[in-house]
Amino acid sequence: MSATTMGSGAIPGPAKDEKTSLALGRSRHRANVIVKTLCVAATLIGLVFLASILFTLLWRGIGGLSLAVFTTSTLPPGSNGGLLNAIVGSLIQTVLGAAIGTPIGLMVGTYLAEYAQNSTLGNAVRFVSDVLLSAPSILIGLFVYTLLVEPFDGFSGIAGCLALAVIVIPIVVRTTEDMLRLIPNTLREAVIGLGAPKWKMITLVCYRAAREGIATGVLLAIARVAGETAPLLFTSLGNLNWSVDLTKPMASLPVTIYQYAGSAFEDWVQLAWAGALLITFGVLAINIIARVVLRGGK
Amino acid sequence: MKFATTALAIGLAGFIGAAQAQQITGAGATFPAPVYAKWGEAAKAASGMELNYQAIGSGGGQNQITNRTVDFGASDAPMDPAKLESAKLLQFPSVMGAVVIIVNLPGVASNQLKIDGPMLAEIYQGKITKWNDPKIVEMNRGVTLPNRAIAPVYRADGSGTTFVYASYLAAVDETWKTKVGVATSVKWPTGAGAKGNDGVAATVQNTQGAIGYVEYAYAKLNKLPTVQLRNKAGQFVSPSAESFSAAASQGDWAGAKNYAVNLIDLAGEKSWPIVSATFILVPRDPKEPQRVANVLKFFDWVYQNGDPIAVNMEYTPLPAGVKAAVRSTWRNELKGPDGKPLS
Amino acid sequence: MFAGLARFSGIFVLILLGAIIVGLFLGGEAALRAFGPFFVADTEWDPVQQLFGGLVPIYGTLITSVLALTFAVPIAFGIAFYLTELAPQWARRPIGTAIELLAAVPSIIYGMWGFFVVVPLMAQYVQPWAIDTIGEMPVIGFLFQGPPFGTGILTASLILGIMIIPFIAATMRDVFETVPPVYKESAYGVGCTTWEVMRSIVIPYTRVSVVGGIMLGLGRALGETMAVTFVIGNTNRIATSLFGPGNTIASIVALEFPESEAHSLKLSSLLLLGFILFIISFIVLAISRALLRPRLKG
Repeated sequence: MSATTMGSGAIPGPAKDEKTSLALGRSRHRANVIVKTLCVAATLIGLVFLASILFTLLWRGIGGLSLAVFTTSTLPPGSNGGLLNAIVGSLIQTVLGAAIGTPIGLMVGTYLAEYAQNSTLGNAVRFVSDVLLSAPSILIGLFVYTLLVEPFDGFSGIAGCLALAVIVIPIVVRTTEDMLRLIPNTLREAVIGLGAPKWKMITLVCYRAAREGIATGVLLAIARVAGETAPLLFTSLGNLNWSVDLTKPMASLPVTIYQYAGSAFEDWVQLAWAGALLITFGVLAINIIARVVLRGGK
Repeated sequence: MKFATTALAIGLAGFIGAAQAQQITGAGATFPAPVYAKWGEAAKAASGMELNYQAIGSGGGQNQITNRTVDFGASDAPMDPAKLESAKLLQFPSVMGAVVIIVNLPGVASNQLKIDGPMLAEIYQGKITKWNDPKIVEMNRGVTLPNRAIAPVYRADGSGTTFVYASYLAAVDETWKTKVGVATSVKWPTGAGAKGNDGVAATVQNTQGAIGYVEYAYAKLNKLPTVQLRNKAGQFVSPSAESFSAAASQGDWAGAKNYAVNLIDLAGEKSWPIVSATFILVPRDPKEPQRVANVLKFFDWVYQNGDPIAVNMEYTPLPAGVKAAVRSTWRNELKGPDGKPLS
Repeated sequence: MFAGLARFSGIFVLILLGAIIVGLFLGGEAALRAFGPFFVADTEWDPVQQLFGGLVPIYGTLITSVLALTFAVPIAFGIAFYLTELAPQWARRPIGTAIELLAAVPSIIYGMWGFFVVVPLMAQYVQPWAIDTIGEMPVIGFLFQGPPFGTGILTASLILGIMIIPFIAATMRDVFETVPPVYKESAYGVGCTTWEVMRSIVIPYTRVSVVGGIMLGLGRALGETMAVTFVIGNTNRIATSLFGPGNTIASIVALEFPESEAHSLKLSSLLLLGFILFIISFIVLAISRALLRPRLKG
């Protein structure tokens, strides 16, 4: 998504004065009104979908929100459990996944923008990274399973982190490359002209200039992986108990929601909706923060 | 780079907090997951053992224990004897459960409708398509049945529940046995699939004229309308703890290899025809014998103290004789490197 | 040193995707050998007889994605048009953000929302009505027949459509904004209505990029797992009716993987399907890149 400048504000709108309006053919005028109405309707439809999702989550989930959700780990049905282990597990795996994926994505994005704009290798890497971007996350989970879970005798939080990191990489690559490309070449030339080596130019000048954009990319990546279920099912597995040991199976919110939403027990279903509410609003909050960060940088 | 630092800090905290109670990890069948969780909670309070059981499906449970990624596997379908052998696994039952039939027929009360196995098989093969089919009307004199299409619903995800249900249909209907067969997912001749017990239940509730099958606990706790089934003795029985126990008591436990007992369509006036045991798989050649010993310790505790919890959650406990037999199997067949029994 | 590290990261991503694809192919080789290339044209899926074919999920993947596009593209276009030309300046950012937030809602939440809100609506109102009216019509009637389960191809396409609206709308908005203001000004200058400017200036100018953006949305829809699994009805038959149940590659992998024994033909068939899905997304992405590059990068 290239960030282009908003030039449209300066454009004079369609003829607004009476005379020109009348001069327009009636059918042309009608077509215009119809299309405009349809566009407003389309936008409203989009907003209604968002509102409906948020309303459903609030309606079903808010009844299950209590202090216990944040202070108790998951418990069997009828024991008033919470989601503490799932929330903490999700935080750990998301943050670590992002911490592992971000540097790699950053380097790849830098490589694409600064070193390999039009090389064959660069094009291949760019294409592959975009394929990864739309790859079904369940397949990434399967891949990490065969690579890390099977050979090393067990499910582990770290396998979950790595599956999420694989998802983080292409998102960070995309935004890093896009943001670095927005930096005018004159700035680069000026730095090189001062006799600075290229790596200094990139780390000290380009990264600084593209800081907000890259931070946005990382936040968006975090938002994306925080809600992922499929890649965790066969990597970190889930854990009924409180555990922050990365070498052991680890709970996560999406997996817990997935299992509880389909259970027979009312309190589990209620917890699933409370968890769904938490994760969605958490992810939306991260997204809004990311956008504010980006705007602050402009 | 701030992210990296925070992440590192959290990660380190994780490693430091690692010193914990003895944890047993198991994975597999979804059907017994709630009772395993409840048992785990009670056992932890009583003896400090901590159970982490994850419901990833019976096939998953068999794979994971074969790959030794967990301490024990759990499966609703008994594992193939040859595979048990080659994977060096020991199989024993933990608890029993039943599959019940749910319907959405406005005006027909729960357990009012009566059907039998062959009829179910025909419905799920698209041979009986209307609720006022003469065969159904014949069996239900006095019940007003609508001229409405029957919409069969089945589990779309591979599941032990489907295995048990298909076993029943194959036991009562020759065509089902030869044309469709028995597995955790089969090639359904007709109907629509739904994911999980909840998916089947919701789809049946959304669709007038629908019929589906779910685990008993699910039907009971969600107050879904069930039907009476005709058992082998020709009696119509409603699903209940009594009719499940009646069936369990008819099982030929002693003659079943690897405890893979058949509880489908058994004799007995009160027997519910679709009952099954669910199984635990542990390695016979453990790399860390202590981990298997922990699993046995846990299930020993369960055999001793777990029945009231199981009953309370609508599962059917194992007969006492079966538990004794399993215990002696543990002693005779699971030994540590020093040759001493693990339990 | 830095350049080497960047280059190495690029190659790492290349190897990563290569490993995922090779892993899937090796896993699926047994199925390919057993069923031959006609795997893709076989509708059989019989776990008891161990006979597997991929046509139903491949067909389901393509048909739901295409239907999702026919539903999402007009709405996304309306939203992009509204945001670039019609909306008051102050409303553009909040509305744009709200639409983009649709992309941030985790896919499991779409699944739950779809299953608990959209499916009952379809089952109780939309489908019975359509079956009784459109279903009786000649020629197109067969598309709207069958029992009203609520789930099925149409419902899955609808949810997928909602999920990809934000991607298509955002790309369209971005490319619409790349149209040089002077073009639009001159059109307005000769008395064109807003719709006429859109139709004769903006769309022709951005046509290729718009198609590229649509293809990106298509790439998203192809691999979506959790949401589709909740609502598609998960049946291995090719339904003629839009209300009929179906399956997609991603949904069958998610549903059948947990019950597949290691080294079984079923597991191999699932991995082969995963490989085919990658090939499909490769093709879609290659087309979209070829179409998008000249505009956005220029």
